[in-house]
Amino acid sequence: MGQKLIIGISDWKVGRGDDILVTYALGSCIGTCLYDKTTGIAGLSHIMLPDSTAIIDGHTTRMKFADTALPDMVDKMRAMGANTAALKAKIAGGAVMFQTTNSKFNIGQRNIEAVKEALRKLRIPILAEDTGLNYGRTMTFWAENGNVEISSTVMGKKMI
Amino acid sequence: MSIGKYEDLNDMQIDVLREVGNIGSGNATTALSSMVGKMIDIEVPRVEVLDFNEAINAVGGPEKVIAGILIRINGDIEGMIMFLFEQNLIALIEETFFGQAPKDIFSLSEAENSALNEMGNIMAGSYVNAIAQLAGMTIDIEVPVMTVDMLGAIMSVPAIEMGEMGDKLLFIDNNMIIDNTSIQSKMLLLPTIDSLDNLLGKLGVA
Repeated sequence: MGQKLIIGISDWKVGRGDDILVTYALGSCIGTCLYDKTTGIAGLSHIMLPDSTAIIDGHTTRMKFADTALPDMVDKMRAMGANTAALKAKIAGGAVMFQTTNSKFNIGQRNIEAVKEALRKLRIPILAEDTGLNYGRTMTFWAENGNVEISSTVMGKKMI
Repeated sequence: MSIGKYEDLNDMQIDVLREVGNIGSGNATTALSSMVGKMIDIEVPRVEVLDFNEAINAVGGPEKVIAGILIRINGDIEGMIMFLFEQNLIALIEETFFGQAPKDIFSLSEAENSALNEMGNIMAGSYVNAIAQLAGMTIDIEVPVMTVDMLGAIMSVPAIEMGEMGDKLLFIDNNMIIDNTSIQSKMLLLPTIDSLDNLLGKLGVA
């Protein structure tokens, strides 16, 4: 019997078999699903910020940043037996929740770019994405087949 | 003494922040009451220092749909005020402005959005003016921005802006009670860690 794994903000988890991975209400944050079809090993990360390098304080989790969370999750998937050369990604989030004229707050776009850059460095192709715009998204990821559902209050549900 | 992390606050400082919330929210609720012509009660504020996921659960859970009105504050205190308005409060405000309540909160017209922003503006102004007078500070508020969406997505905005250096959020949580119902709209004050030092210094508990 598979488990339902809930991934919070600044968190990632890896499942397999018939596990279901869920992350709720992505706003400007990004959810990244990584999947190895051959072993059915599935990881879901929920990052909040693009870049850990400016953060000197050692008290914050590596799971918060695109540049640290994704390599760490890939390491864990490899340790569980995934073929990391076969990994594929689906990503969602990066919205602008509050429209404002002040562009320094457009963290959503910076998060999208940082996740894409981290995936490029890991040589993981992106199969599908549902990013940007101005609404929150919940992401549900089935380890048995790699399917990902995006649900939102404005757009309803769709598979990517 | 300078506060490096929200979790370093001592009990006396928390008490002072609760009193700040009490004065600010009392003033804001009085403004709201007089606008809508109805008595609105306010609970004793809570000062919460929680990690991001706990913070979202504490204000209603990630997938709860709500109207969020965000107002950034600058000056001697920096950070934001976030209003989380439930359907019953939105109805009350829209009835005051337009004589009728909207059918649902997803189909608000531009004028109805403006009415909510204006109410947020008035309430935030009342809130920060009370604090400014108390602490002898200058505090400015920016133009309100609003959205209707999942609470987790709304609260990710303060988490991102205030949570970069640590893994916790500090907020003063004020519940507004209308007609004794359990449905409570909220007013949150989220100061940045740097301006918290300044505020507590002015109030003599730094």
